[in-house]
This record gives sequence, C-alpha cells and structure tokens, in this order.
Amino acid sequence: MAINWFKYSAPTTFYGLAGKLIPWFAIPAVILCGISLYIGFAVAPVDAQQGEFYRIIFIHVPASILSMFLYMIMAGYAALGLIFNTRLSSMMASAMAPTGALFAFISLWTGALWGKPMWGAWWVWDARLTSELILLFLYLGFIALHASIDDPRRADRASALLAIVGSVNVPIIYFSVKWWNTLHQGSTIKFSGTSMHIAMQQAMFTMLAACWMYAIVMTLMRVRSIILERERHTKWVTELPEVQQ
Amino acid sequence: MSLDVWMRENPLTYIWLGSYAVAFLVFAVEVAMVIHKRKITLRQVRLMRDAGGEE
Amino acid sequence: MKKLSLPGLLVLVVRRDLVLAMRRRADVLTTLIFFVMVVSLFPLGVGPEMDMLRKMASGVLWVAALLSSMLSLGRLFSADYLDGTLEQMMLAPQSLSMLVLGKMVAHWMVSGLPLVLMAPVLGVQFDMSANALGVLILSLLLGTPILSMVGAIGAALTLGLRGGGVLLSLLVLPLCIPVLIFGTGAVEAISAGLTVVPHMSLLGALLLLALVFTPWVTAQALRISME
Repeated sequence: MAINWFKYSAPTTFYGLAGKLIPWFAIPAVILCGISLYIGFAVAPVDAQQGEFYRIIFIHVPASILSMFLYMIMAGYAALGLIFNTRLSSMMASAMAPTGALFAFISLWTGALWGKPMWGAWWVWDARLTSELILLFLYLGFIALHASIDDPRRADRASALLAIVGSVNVPIIYFSVKWWNTLHQGSTIKFSGTSMHIAMQQAMFTMLAACWMYAIVMTLMRVRSIILERERHTKWVTELPEVQQ
Repeated sequence: MSLDVWMRENPLTYIWLGSYAVAFLVFAVEVAMVIHKRKITLRQVRLMRDAGGEE
Repeated sequence: MKKLSLPGLLVLVVRRDLVLAMRRRADVLTTLIFFVMVVSLFPLGVGPEMDMLRKMASGVLWVAALLSSMLSLGRLFSADYLDGTLEQMMLAPQSLSMLVLGKMVAHWMVSGLPLVLMAPVLGVQFDMSANALGVLILSLLLGTPILSMVGAIGAALTLGLRGGGVLLSLLVLPLCIPVLIFGTGAVEAISAGLTVVPHMSLLGALLLLALVFTPWVTAQALRISME
C-alpha cells in the first residue's frame, strides 16, 4: 500500500505530529547554539582587519538568512493555501510570520552594532540594510493585515495574496535599492572578501543550523495553538489529553 | 564619543551585551509568548467544552 | 444582457467613476491641497537655503505624491462597496479585471493627474531648473499610475476593515519604494548631467508590469474580500 503523503496535511494529524517533533528540534537547537558560541568565541581567532567585532556575524548572518528564507517559505505556504485551499498551509504561513519578523529585527539590530565600530555609523543606507528594513516592513504588513481581519478564512487568503505580491516585489526592491545606493554614494565598505578562517565558518554554520531548528520549533508550537484555536468546536480537540485533564 | 572609546577597549563586552544578549532576549521573549499563547488557547478550549460546545 | 467589448467596458467604467468624482469635488480637492501643503511644509521644516531645497525637491515632491495617493486610495472601492454596487459589478458577466482597471484609471485621473499638473508650480518654489522640472513631470506621469495600481491591491485587501486607512499605507508603502527610487533618481540624474533614459525605461517597465498584473491581482483580492 502506498504511503498516504497527505495524511499529515490534515490539521488533526499534524497537531500530534508537530507535538512529537518539537523536542527533536528544540534540543538540537540549544546544543548547536552552545557549540557555535564555543567555536565562535573560544576557537575562532581574532580577525586581522575587524578585531573582535567580527564575532557579531555569527548571529547576524544566520538571522539575515533566516529572515529572507522564512519570507519565501511563508509566501510558498501562503500560495499553497490560496491555490489548493489547504487549511494547514495557511496556518503554517501565519505561524511563521512573527518568527521571520523577529529574525529581521535581530539582523538589523546586530547589523547596526557591527556597523558602528566598522563604518563609524549605526546605520548606513546600504542596499542590504535597506532591503532588510523593507523586508521587516513586509512582515509587519502581513501580520497586521492578518490580525485585523476577524474571519480566519478571509484573513488567510488576503494575507496570502499580500505575501505573494510581496515576494514578487522583494527582488525588484533589492535591485532598485542597490542601484539607488550606488548612484547616491560611492560603494561603502563591503563584507571583506578575504577567505574566512575554517573555525569562523564552522561557528556560523552551526549557528545557522541552530536558528533553523529554532524557527521550526517556534513555527510548530505556534501552529499547534492556531490549530487548537480554529478547531476548538470539533470533537477531536475536546478529546485531546491536554484538554481533558 | 565615550561610547566609541569604551567599545574599542571592551569589544567582547560590547558584542555580548549589544548583540548576543539582545538576540537571546528576543528569543526568550518569543518562547515565553508562544508558551503563554498555548496556555491561553488550552484554557479557551476547555472553557468552550465546559460551556457545552454551544455557538 | 448585452456583453460589452473590453475597451467599451473600460471607457464605461472610467466615465462612470469620473462622473461620480465630479459630484464629490471636495474629495479630489482635499488630496491636491494635502499634496501642496506637505510640499510647502518641508522648507519651513528644514530651512530656506535654496541649495539644499533644490537638492531635496524631487524627493520631497515624490514622497508627498506617494502620501497623497495613499490618502485617496481608501475611497477607491469603499463607496461602491458600501452601497452594494461592487457586489453587482462582481456578479456581472464582464471581466472583473477590466472593471478594476477602469477604476484604477479613473482613480489616477482624479488623484494622480492633478498632482502631476501641480508639480511644476511646487517645483518652482524649490527653485528647480527647467530641465529637472520636465524630467520630474515625466517621471511623475509614468510613476503615479503605478502608485494607483499597486495601491488598488491594498485597497481591495483592506476593504471594509476597521482602521483600514493606516493599514493600507502599511501594506502599500513598502511596495512603492522602487517607484520612488527611480522617480527621484531620474531627476537627480538630469541634475548631475547624466542621461535619464535608464530610470525612465525602468519606470516604464514597472508601469507595464503593473498594468499587466495588478488588475488581475486586485480582482482576486476583491473576490477574497467580498466572499
């Protein structure tokens, strides 16, 4: 018999699966984060150009990568929910948005702290920084639109459309900002293209993995709450052990 | 200006307080919010069930 | 019921919306007055040095145009939504995308075109050169329709929501950033003695893209909001 791949696309079954998966991602997230911090601060050498300050990138780069990928994945889920009318995908999209917005915020914050000693300014109108800021605005728009519509079905579909329009716009925004920046001022200091020390790479990639796991845990936990909230009238929810007690 | 001098003298403190502490604080707040949301939702669901599932 | 040809439908919708707008002239004037006021506030805020004002002029005019077009977007569908016309329009056997395009065109003629016509007067306040003014008008002419069209998506999504106006700006403003960049970029290029062709081409490309996709997306958004 063929495995029914769609079994877990029903909120009922996914609720249980998500509950079982959470510890499998949460524990590695903590461990990997610890390893990364150890490598990043104890093993990785001091950078010749940037001194100790470069160690901010161990959190900054993963946060930026996550914020961008989460937006794309969120738009993908939203599109799935809009086209095939699958309830779970829309729930996943709305569960992902706050985590993505927070990663965008962390990326901006740590970027500013890195910029102060490196560029001498907290904020530079660099293409990457500006696009990241606009990405944060797009997240906030998605969350605000979803929050202000009472009917969950309409909220899902309206914010899905917004996420798709936003994801089409992200590349246009990135290139326009990049071009605008080069027109306005000479190129600012780029991330040095010098080869990274192997320990620096290890620290960054373990932190990236930790951030991925963290994002998955947060999404799963949030989607479980959303499922419960939406399905609170159904029989299976009232029969859950955590509801029964 | 004094901040500039201070950050160059204590780069590790600057990094830790400035970015890592803030990042982990954000993570902690998010975790707390998600757990709180779950508690609230569970309570809501129980209330609904006790109310006899009307609506 | 007779099925209209698509251009005929477009003309019909545009004419209807223009007539409605003419009946409520105050709305149109408010947008224009807002635009003039915002632009006039800037010199008061930053000081009267002509060199600085000349440099800022294109940015100020563009940002003011962006904000005033946000102001009028809320009305794009709300009147028709409230009196039930919109529902009838969606039931009609005509293409909803075409209807939406007609409303976008009318909206631009009512709230975008007056800004474009007013811009030279305000540009003179900022001591812009004739060349720069010409480019500014051309860039506004290409850019403001995009604002109306992208804004229509937001207006359709926030239809009938509480606090729709602020939410609408939150959704639409980030999406309009490329238009702002290329629009002001063109003016800056001509001031620096460079060619404006790349900026104008990009603005034109954005306009075409918007023209092709936004009516359809807005129609989808309306369907979501109305169901």
